[in-house]
Amino acid sequence: MMARLFPVLTVLVALVALWYAAVAPMNIRQSLDLAERGGATVVPEGARMRSETSVWLLMARNPSEIARGYSLDRPRLPTPVQVGQELWKTTGAMAMRGRAFSKRSLIFHGWITLQSTLYGFALGTTVGILGAVAIVYSRTMEMSVMPWAIISQTVPIVALAPMIIVLSSQIGVEGRALPKAIISAYLCFFPVLVGMVKGLRSPTREQLDLLHTYNAGGVASFLKLRLPSSVPYLFTSLKIGIAAALVGTIVGELPTGAISGLGARILIGDQFGTPLAIWSALFAAAILAGALVTLLGWLQGLAMRRMGVRA
Amino acid sequence: MSMTTAIVFWLLAWGVNMQLARSGWHDHRLVRIFVPVLFGISLLVLWEAAVASFGVSPVILPPPSAIGARFLAETATLWEDFVQTVLKGALSGYVIGASAAFLTAIAIDRSRFLTAGLLPIGNFVAALPIVGIAPILVSWFGFDWQSKAAVVVVMVFFPILVNTVQGLAEAGAMQRDLMRTYAAGYWQTLLKLRLPAAMPFLFNGLKIATTLALIGAIVAEYFGSPTKGMGFRISTGVGSLSIDLVWAEIAVAALTGSAVYGLVALIEKRVTFWHPSQRTK
Repeated sequence: MMARLFPVLTVLVALVALWYAAVAPMNIRQSLDLAERGGATVVPEGARMRSETSVWLLMARNPSEIARGYSLDRPRLPTPVQVGQELWKTTGAMAMRGRAFSKRSLIFHGWITLQSTLYGFALGTTVGILGAVAIVYSRTMEMSVMPWAIISQTVPIVALAPMIIVLSSQIGVEGRALPKAIISAYLCFFPVLVGMVKGLRSPTREQLDLLHTYNAGGVASFLKLRLPSSVPYLFTSLKIGIAAALVGTIVGELPTGAISGLGARILIGDQFGTPLAIWSALFAAAILAGALVTLLGWLQGLAMRRMGVRA
Repeated sequence: MSMTTAIVFWLLAWGVNMQLARSGWHDHRLVRIFVPVLFGISLLVLWEAAVASFGVSPVILPPPSAIGARFLAETATLWEDFVQTVLKGALSGYVIGASAAFLTAIAIDRSRFLTAGLLPIGNFVAALPIVGIAPILVSWFGFDWQSKAAVVVVMVFFPILVNTVQGLAEAGAMQRDLMRTYAAGYWQTLLKLRLPAAMPFLFNGLKIATTLALIGAIVAEYFGSPTKGMGFRISTGVGSLSIDLVWAEIAVAALTGSAVYGLVALIEKRVTFWHPSQRTK
């Protein structure tokens, strides 16, 4: 465990160090503007003069102002600690005051995003599994639908996202939950479809023949052989699928003027010029993605043990 | 065209496809192309008939024929948007991101420690909704195509990195030992054994990245762009109710996505012709 964790932690520490180092040059212009407005003398004077000077030169000439870049209110690049504080302020701190589901809390927005993700995941998984069964049992389905399933994934869904939302609101669907779920299902069904086709086809000729000698019919051989042997493939694709579903939900929230959800927090943070809100929503989305994939991995282990497969 | 005619046509097409799939030619190349194309056409016919017979307003869902007509009428605009989004934003980002990921993969592959540290992180990051950084990068790099290219670079970097690193580990111990008995150095082993062995993985990453590149370039335009580009046209078109132009842009995006994916798959076939998955039966 330690042997595997140590390199990952080292690289993480290096990345955080790199991030800290990058904050100074990224924020120096803004710190100097603020310092000048506060009455300090900076070299060279005037934002226009400075915009023609390189950040490295600015840092060399105003070493005393570098520190200011690490505590700006609206930094171009916030520090990891600032992002962590903002994240805590909008989640844990609010939960402790009993306001976990207020509209300013990321728990609320994360919950909205999680809901759509799970709807989309359920829809996409159902379509993927049913499609896979149809493809495995019907050659016509395979030949007509499979190429389109592949093509559907090369179409940038974001181009369609605003259309799906307009369409569903015109048809009279209230709210954004359904269109968002459709977008995330669109991204999520494909890995499930491909994985399930592979899984349902994984029994060997001998195994199928054995069931034949037992006089097993089509339904029995599906339930007793094909379905169980597809489970490992299913879980592997579900892990890809849930990550894709989350991406889909956030994409569905981004370009469309949504007001709740992590994607909407990013959008609103952009419109109101509050970078910390964007960064904390991004990290919340990353944490959510990690938690969902870990949960499915744990379920996979549980299911495999139940089915008698040794890990 | 009435709905009944369209449904009859769809059933006929499905019947033809069933006959073809059951016939002895079902593995013939032309049949493999003809069957999905016929299926697609029958869906378009259904769409056209449904819009006409249910009286759907063209503001909500235009029929395919109207989208086709708009496509032909607006080729100049569509081309301008294509140049801005695909050639300037997505393509330059794709090339920069893919080369950066490839070189990084080769660099970290020399150290087992770095590989063990970066691979789990890369795998994790590749599953994240990276599109969310689009507004940050647009505010760093400005409204023009440079910020779109930056988003694309970040989006394509990790899938390609992870796949290349895995691919470089693909050459087996026996094969490496064989290279050593030939007195091959690091670079010779890399060029003659490990890079060719990594190609199927690298192409897998490149294929995933083609779609991501288009997504990145289009989403980034929702957060600010000059008055051209596919994402710009889509987001303003939805507002100004020129829905058929939006669908024409979607058609361009779909065609571009499929064509680029097909192109990468074609190159893959040429480069990795030796791999079991590419051999003809």
